[in-house]
Amino acid sequence: MTTSNRPLSPHLQVYRPQITSMLSILHRLTGIALAFGTLLLAYWLIAAATGPGAFETAQGLIGSFVGRLLLFGWSFALFYHLCNGIRHLVWDAGYGFEIETATLSGWIVVGASAGLTVICWIAGYIAMGG
Amino acid sequence: MSSGPSLRSPLGRVRGLGSAKDGTHHWWAQRLTALALIPLTVWFVISVIVLTGGDYTAMVAWAGSPLVAGLLILLIVATFYHGALGLQVVIEDYVHHEMTKLGLLLFVKATALVLALAAVLSVLSLLFTRA
Repeated sequence: MTTSNRPLSPHLQVYRPQITSMLSILHRLTGIALAFGTLLLAYWLIAAATGPGAFETAQGLIGSFVGRLLLFGWSFALFYHLCNGIRHLVWDAGYGFEIETATLSGWIVVGASAGLTVICWIAGYIAMGG
Repeated sequence: MSSGPSLRSPLGRVRGLGSAKDGTHHWWAQRLTALALIPLTVWFVISVIVLTGGDYTAMVAWAGSPLVAGLLILLIVATFYHGALGLQVVIEDYVHHEMTKLGLLLFVKATALVLALAAVLSVLSLLFTRA
């Protein structure tokens, strides 16, 4: 019984890039990015529980240029993973497997996650008072 | 896993490695946490936007509400559980050296557990120290 030569994970580089496959690997990449983003969530809550000084420091770090850049990336990753996750749940329920449907739902996810990211940042800057 | 010739029969090899009656548990837990995280994430993002620009007092007043604290704890548990399950699949897919894989899996689970616990305790501390 030979098991060592079986194909393992898909080797992305041997396939022609398509919207469906690109979005599939993006789901995984954003998931990994978000796993690192949970460090920020934990840090933010721990800082708040530690006291006003620690919370000020955390808010300062998050509000810095690099902090905002990371947060922008994470917010897009979050919305993408959320929207595409819903797409996956629809597949799990047994719907949307036709190629045209999968392509269309893929583009809808791209549009929705980009749109939500922009809307959130506009709302955030309005909440901050400009 | 050795792939060389072996005197063990395929049956002998799989005996004891079969279903532990929880084959779908990982899949199901991943979907269930995903489902829970849809409303929780939307709620959290909106809350954070509202809190933007607010000071420590605003944060404590927000997190000090039992409803908010409860939702935050649910968010933390679902997020770290879902994240650990997801990273587990990534590691299992790409890391084929047995000891490295085992080490990474344990590291991911332990880190998720420690961070989730610290985050939950922070929420509880904010809830109970509110004046």
